[in-house]
Amino acid sequence: MTETESALDGVERVVLAHGGGGELTGRLIRDLLLPPLANERLAPLTDGAVLPWEEGELVFTTDSYVVTPLEFPGGDIGTIAVAGTVNDLAVMGATPVALSLGLIIEEGLPIEVLKRVIASISATAREAGVEIVTGDTKVIERRSGDGLFVNTAGIGRLRSGTNLSIASVEPGDVIIINGRLADHGLTIMSVRSGIEFESDLRSDARPLNRLIGRVLDSRAEVKFIRDATRGGLAGVLADISEESRLSIEVDEDRIPISPTARHAAEMLGLDPLSVANEGKIVCVVAGDDAAVVLDAMRSQPEGREAAVIGRVTSTDPPLVELNTSAGGQRIVQRPYGEELPRIC
Amino acid sequence: MTSRLHSLRDELVRLGEEIGRPVRFMEVCGTHTMSSFRNGLPSVMPANLRLISGPGCPVCVTAQRHIDAAIELAAKDGVIIATYGDMLRVPGRLGSLESRRARGGQVRVVNSARTALEIARREPAKKVVFLGVGFETTAPATAATVLEAAGEGLDNFSVLMCHKRIVPAMMALLEDGEVPLDGFLCPGHVSVVIGSSAYHPVVERYGKACVVAGFEPEQMLLGLVHLARQVLRKRRNVESRKSKAESRKSKSESRKAKSESRKVGTLERRDCETAKSGDGATLIPRLENVYPAVVSETGNRVALELLERVFVVSDTAWRALGTIPRSGFELAPAYQRFDALRRFGLTLGEDEEHPECRCGEVIQGKAEPTECPLFDNGCTPLAPIGPCMVSTEGTCAAWYKYWRETPKRRSGRAEKGFTAQRNGKAES
Repeated sequence: MTETESALDGVERVVLAHGGGGELTGRLIRDLLLPPLANERLAPLTDGAVLPWEEGELVFTTDSYVVTPLEFPGGDIGTIAVAGTVNDLAVMGATPVALSLGLIIEEGLPIEVLKRVIASISATAREAGVEIVTGDTKVIERRSGDGLFVNTAGIGRLRSGTNLSIASVEPGDVIIINGRLADHGLTIMSVRSGIEFESDLRSDARPLNRLIGRVLDSRAEVKFIRDATRGGLAGVLADISEESRLSIEVDEDRIPISPTARHAAEMLGLDPLSVANEGKIVCVVAGDDAAVVLDAMRSQPEGREAAVIGRVTSTDPPLVELNTSAGGQRIVQRPYGEELPRIC
Repeated sequence: MTSRLHSLRDELVRLGEEIGRPVRFMEVCGTHTMSSFRNGLPSVMPANLRLISGPGCPVCVTAQRHIDAAIELAAKDGVIIATYGDMLRVPGRLGSLESRRARGGQVRVVNSARTALEIARREPAKKVVFLGVGFETTAPATAATVLEAAGEGLDNFSVLMCHKRIVPAMMALLEDGEVPLDGFLCPGHVSVVIGSSAYHPVVERYGKACVVAGFEPEQMLLGLVHLARQVLRKRRNVESRKSKAESRKSKSESRKAKSESRKVGTLERRDCETAKSGDGATLIPRLENVYPAVVSETGNRVALELLERVFVVSDTAWRALGTIPRSGFELAPAYQRFDALRRFGLTLGEDEEHPECRCGEVIQGKAEPTECPLFDNGCTPLAPIGPCMVSTEGTCAAWYKYWRETPKRRSGRAEKGFTAQRNGKAES
């Protein structure tokens, strides 16, 4: 039996007292949270972390994570809490430096689930090369009995000379995506609907800072990057078109998507373009530099299936249009709200 | 685009040209509507061929009185309404389930009838009412949960019955006679349950072609090709009967039709088996099933037995179509204690729709969404007025999401002569 397990005295579920600020809180933090996350800035458990800083600009972001179920094929709430915030920093052109971790735990959460989530947070942070340097834990009264909400904030160092902005997007630029679409949202939705798909549908949640670093190092003229999380590819393309007042033409045949995801979307009545991802970025790149960016992406495992999926045009009025695999055209809009599986 | 898709599209365009006159087919399934628009099928259809959407979206056809009853129930102490997500925002006379929930009503979104039953088991002190919405696709699942609830003696579970039967609605549309139609693209999902033979009355009594098709663009195009071929053959048959002087010519055309039939090989021969009898070149219109891997002629026996055991066929109210004889289900006498209306002593009220909303005409194929004065002018998916905009599978929502007119598209449509076609009548 490990030290961690013995110190928790066989407690199976989180109770309100774990958030009371007393001995139990201390144990939860010391025995369960700290060991997997250990680093020298977090270890002193002071009220805030002290970080060295050089000259240059700092990027600061925060995001809260709420997902049902907490664990799903390919990851859990911990994976997306770290990857999401790291990716938000990276798409800004920043090198992630440190994260904070806020846990709001519902009374009744199994300790084992919490342990697994913390292990994912630790593993994902290691993959991204960032540390969790400060944190907070609260326990709230029981509601559905298995709730866990996570907030992470992150700071990063802006790479010098980086100027990613929709304002620099122009006709002739191309749209590049780093891999298969819709795996995350469809995984969550199929678990929720109780629909089992064969083997290969898993969340794509993972940090992309290394991939984005390669893209920016490639010296290609990269205009803009955004992660295609909630709202999916459709949401990002709509943002770009609306803000730049330019049109975007996308070819459905070129969009990487697994046959399983395609069938799952079909079955659930969802448009894969509007489904959430947790490990995909949309890059707008000068047309001449497409090959350079593709090479940079494909050098990384999370960009192996990178593809040019469309281009920016000056068609008026500004619209996102899809050339469908069936040989037709249709418009692509930002989804209106949560995409719900259909009735029948 | 696959070569198969390519050849089907080319074939459809060729058939469209040969037919020459405006032709209208109707699909009666929200999934067909969405698939068509999502895949851009309207833009690959030949100029004179139209695929219009009929009363196939379960949310859109649910009468307002049922929504009102659900809202009234949600306001009762201790009642939990369990509903498919699409129903949340459908406006009734007293708001929607969503607005009721915001004011404190207990409304839970579920993805299946079974989940509603699980809530009832988990929360015995509450009374769980499941909103039984949908065609024969979802009705068997509702029937199964009622059986389960009866078996367990689970008396805190009931169903607000809004289930519908698709074939009576198709016949009511034809009875009405205001929508000129050349045939139906019949829905794969519903047909899995009811079987392709369920459409025989539409073919025999009303003389309309019926082709059961799947939902992939390729499967839909295949269905449309088969419908278009029937239109063409029907014309040839009419022509051949018209004039003795032309008999020699008609023979050669009939030979041509037969040789075409041979060209498509096994598929066509299999279809002929689905047809009631005889030679495909002369038996027009007929029933074809181009989704035979999934849809059988007789349907899903287990699901049909469930329906028969737990429900009885009844007259029911449809939004905008009024009450259609034998078009719905109610609980069989042995299970009536699970009927939410009875249990809570409610009676259905009247419908009172927005005076300018044309959803009723849209679901009958009598108007296009853009002909409604509210479309994109007060009625959008974010703030829907009519059910066709609320449902993700509603015709208006599909138009808004995938097909709002752009200058480019408007000019394309004008060139193709869509406007002229809209006024054209189909041959009866």
